Amino acid sequence: MTLILDVFTIAAVTVGVFFFVIAALAFLRFPDGLTRLHALTKVDNVGLGLIVFGLLPQAGSVMGALKLICVWLLVQFSGAIVTQLIARSTRREGQEA
Amino acid sequence: MASVFDVTLVCLILAVGAWSTFARLTFSAIVIFIVYGLLLSLAWVRLAAVDVALTEAAIGSGVTGMLLLNAVARLRSTDAAPTPSRSSVNIAAGVFCTLITASLAGLVLVPPQVPVSLAPSVMESLGQSGLGNPVAGVLFVYRSLDTLLEKVVLVLALIAVWSLAPDGLWGGKPALRPFPQRDSVLIFLARTVPPIGIMVGIYMFWVGADEPGGAFQGGAVLAAMWILVMIAGLAAVPPTSSHALRLALIVGPVVFLAIGILGIFLTGTFLAYPEGYAKPLIIAIEATLTVSIGVTLAMHVVGPPEKEWRS
Repeated sequence: MTLILDVFTIAAVTVGVFFFVIAALAFLRFPDGLTRLHALTKVDNVGLGLIVFGLLPQAGSVMGALKLICVWLLVQFSGAIVTQLIARSTRREGQEA
Repeated sequence: MASVFDVTLVCLILAVGAWSTFARLTFSAIVIFIVYGLLLSLAWVRLAAVDVALTEAAIGSGVTGMLLLNAVARLRSTDAAPTPSRSSVNIAAGVFCTLITASLAGLVLVPPQVPVSLAPSVMESLGQSGLGNPVAGVLFVYRSLDTLLEKVVLVLALIAVWSLAPDGLWGGKPALRPFPQRDSVLIFLARTVPPIGIMVGIYMFWVGADEPGGAFQGGAVLAAMWILVMIAGLAAVPPTSSHALRLALIVGPVVFLAIGILGIFLTGTFLAYPEGYAKPLIIAIEATLTVSIGVTLAMHVVGPPEKEWRS
């Protein structure tokens, strides 16, 4: 049973890390702020989600797992809002220029 | 495997540190400095010093980063034309920084004598204080004078910030630049996150007795929540002459000092806790300190008074 859980953790975290690498690449290659934000939001949602998902069996206790999920939800929430704020200020600057 | 991670982390920290030094724009240098702080707190976690990691992330990276960003925003109007920095000054600063780093490294790597660890004796008598976290025990039992002075320094620094205001504006209102327009998304954030953040802040202070955490970390989270609400324009920035504000600023250090003086009468030693009452007294000190630290840090970020204010 532990073996299956460990394999699950390794697989999920690896895919999550893959998303982070892709996003870092996109962040360097994409031409402007809005497309870069588009790339970064994918990481917040899917990459971190997969890593947290993969770590759940390793959390040791139900409380620990719940805390991990809370961290993920908070990052989701603040990530979505900060993205909106940055996108809005980018657009405002674009209009002024 | 673990050492590969650690070596990579150390190389990354050195690279990011150098990058922050060589960055040409002040703004980018500060953003890199914030990343540097976050990497440092990872290193502290690897060294099993979670208390230090939390403080580094909250104060070293978070609050300091915000203060520096504020400074850049204020300087933007004055340094439109970047003046070439004097190379003699740069060289002198570089030499002194290298000297400090080299002497610190020398002390750590080649200590004059084998350092005596007090850790075992701390762990032995930790039970008397009723605390489970040895870091909190050292901060509030063995080195409480340092801890007290540290909090007083925060208030002194705030007085220095306030002193930047011209005479006529003393006691006036800090001009925190709120978001340019009332932004619906920011207001939404400032309405939903503070309840969670305040709970996390209080939890960090409370858990500090037995687990990593404490007044400083909890206070920093509370400060962040207050700043968020003020930036979103949901709460007014208090005038610096406000009695409630000034009371909140000093209540922590005053309670700490009062309990310290009480120790002279009850036990004969300044800052000693009477037997059996250590835990409740430390909690009283930490609770008031959390409030004071939160308010002090937030007022540091908000800055000196810039608007006149009459009640």
